[in-house]
Amino acid sequence: MKDKSQIRVVVGMSGGVDSSVSAYLLKQQGYDVVGVFMKNWDDKNDSGVCTVTEDYQDVAKVASQIGIPYYSVNFEKEYWDRVFTYFLDEYKDGRTPNPDIMCNKEVKFKAFLDYAMSIDADYIAMGHYAQLRRDEDGRVHLLRGADDNKDQTYFLSQLSQEQLQKVMFPIGHLQKSEVRRIAEEAGLATAKKKDSTGICFIGERNFSKFLGEFLPAQPGEMVTLDGEVKGNHFGLMNYTIGQRKGLGIGGDGKSNEPWFVIGKDLKTNTLLVGQGYHNEHLYANSLDASKLSFVDDISDRGDEFHCTAKFRYRQKDTGVTVKFNEDRTKVEVIFDEPVRAITPGQEVVFYDGEECLGSGTIDHAYKESKLLQYV
Amino acid sequence: MKYIYLDNAGTTPMATKVIEKMTETMTNTFGNASAVNYYGRQARAILDNSRHVIAESINAKNDNEIVFTSGGTESDNTAIIQTAMARKNEGRHLITTAIEHEAVLKPMAYLEQEGFEVTYLPVDEYGQINLDDLKQAIRSDTILVSIMMGNNEVGSHLPIKEIGEIVAPTNAWFHTDSVQTYGALDIDVQDLKVDLLSVSAHKLNGPKMLGFLYRRDGINFPSLIKGGDQELKRRAGTENVPAITGFAEAVSLLPAEVKEEHRQKYLSFKHQLVDGLKENGIDFEINGHLEENQLPQIISIWFKGFASDSLLTNLDLSGISAAAGSACTAGSLEPSHVLAAMYGEDSPRVAESLRFSFGINNTSEDIDYLIKTLVKIVKK
Repeated sequence: MKDKSQIRVVVGMSGGVDSSVSAYLLKQQGYDVVGVFMKNWDDKNDSGVCTVTEDYQDVAKVASQIGIPYYSVNFEKEYWDRVFTYFLDEYKDGRTPNPDIMCNKEVKFKAFLDYAMSIDADYIAMGHYAQLRRDEDGRVHLLRGADDNKDQTYFLSQLSQEQLQKVMFPIGHLQKSEVRRIAEEAGLATAKKKDSTGICFIGERNFSKFLGEFLPAQPGEMVTLDGEVKGNHFGLMNYTIGQRKGLGIGGDGKSNEPWFVIGKDLKTNTLLVGQGYHNEHLYANSLDASKLSFVDDISDRGDEFHCTAKFRYRQKDTGVTVKFNEDRTKVEVIFDEPVRAITPGQEVVFYDGEECLGSGTIDHAYKESKLLQYV
Repeated sequence: MKYIYLDNAGTTPMATKVIEKMTETMTNTFGNASAVNYYGRQARAILDNSRHVIAESINAKNDNEIVFTSGGTESDNTAIIQTAMARKNEGRHLITTAIEHEAVLKPMAYLEQEGFEVTYLPVDEYGQINLDDLKQAIRSDTILVSIMMGNNEVGSHLPIKEIGEIVAPTNAWFHTDSVQTYGALDIDVQDLKVDLLSVSAHKLNGPKMLGFLYRRDGINFPSLIKGGDQELKRRAGTENVPAITGFAEAVSLLPAEVKEEHRQKYLSFKHQLVDGLKENGIDFEINGHLEENQLPQIISIWFKGFASDSLLTNLDLSGISAAAGSACTAGSLEPSHVLAAMYGEDSPRVAESLRFSFGINNTSEDIDYLIKTLVKIVKK
């Protein structure tokens, strides 16, 4: 094995505490560490200042503290072409996209990986809460992060073997609290920085307003399954299955229970609403998914196998049976028990114990084999 | 690791004699040059001597035409904004070029917001303006023509004397940003017929945050910075006398024959670099001319098919400091407005070029190492 000082690891540094500690730990371990900040979104304010300036300054501070060179790379075009257009297209189709998964697949672990290889990287490293196990033959397995509450394999589930073989997750074995503690003990400038929330390019902004800048809102009616009009919605894209907030319907109707989004009809531009958190139309028994990606070849599991799955980030696993179609481009996923608010456009991510096997994009949800009108 | 500095158009290391001179002044003379006391008089004497050295270096008619500022940016801002403010009743039209430094372009944009009109002269693929364009652009209400002497990104050397001849008979004042040329060329403000000229000290091995604005006698406007009456009311704020002595020292180190020697040396570096890249089969082109109407210390090269940021990072990780365009506040490279003006926004040159700029400490071995490293990166 090469001396660690001969192994160049290019760390994606966001200016947050997780990537800061990742870079710090690698440097402590003796690697040749280079920090790189990714600028993925052109977000100049009126005076022409990049609003990501503070994050970059934090990268600069931390990198100087650690003693590594740092650079910034611009992936605005890549992000726009490969992530944002997908994001808008999905909304246009009435679905709820997951841009962070696409960002990992196309930018952080592709464009960035290519860039890192162009500066002689042996590996890239990211501050994700996920772990890798490497077989002797070089194959890697993607494992959940040790911190149950922070595990980010959901967002990494579309990565390929080729991508992951070049990756390190230096904090995946740690609890978030330990990461903070390491940052504080090392005196890193980002030790107490607040975690970022939400989709990176939208940040703290009003989501509907942001989306409205790109997709014209098409208001329509909110209707019950019985055809009763309950009010107006301000564009289907602003609602997701199972959502309660923002409907503005009082608790009348059959019961006094609150109202939820229970479906969408894109053709008539209608939002379907129903009462009760546990409304029966919010529960599905199965789904089908496409755009499959598995970390490793899983043909040895046959055309049908049992495992667990998550249908959104931070959800508890559910036992599922996965059935491939003939050419293995799609799967039918049958749940051991009904699951609430399966959302087309989100990922169904498969796990075998601690191992993340891969994922697919949810196309349709079914209740007792009957299609639920979610799009 | 071996480190090589090839970003001298960005800034330069201070010359040893400059450091010695500044240290001596800091040690012995701390007075406020405006103070009416013993210490103030000492500082005043040194300040006057320094001003004289600098005035002579550009053949100014008198020393008071030199106004010390915080640097090239302040000099440019002062020349442009204060001319506009002083002459707004005579006219509201200014002329500049598309390839100026931000220190000129931003004040111009500011004036546009304030209701002034600005004509941006285009450039050809060699970074040169067409003098007929200039002649046609000048109007009776044109109050200022601001055209850089040498471009910081590609090194084009603009015909300031010819421009001066064109502007002199008109109503407009003529300002030139000489930040990249003052340390490299012999400048005679009378011969060039310039009214205003901006210079920065740190580009010629002097201290940072210091420069001057040459203001021809008769060109009058108040200080951009409001405050005390320093610099004959032309620039408020206590003069940094130690830095100014260092600046004068840096100027003294550059008599005409030394500048000529530097130019020859840098020109030979240029040829060495270009020949070396050719011999190794690197696919590249010079942005602009190699020699003709070019500053010898700056060379901009298009490495076909190689993104500037990746090249720059590769070089940096090999110990070579170069440059490419300007960086945004988040550190990533912005497309070069200079290359876009020369070749069009869609030209690959805008995103695939690097600038190398030579300085007093560079040797031909440095250039060999640069060639070797570039070849390694590009052929990987």
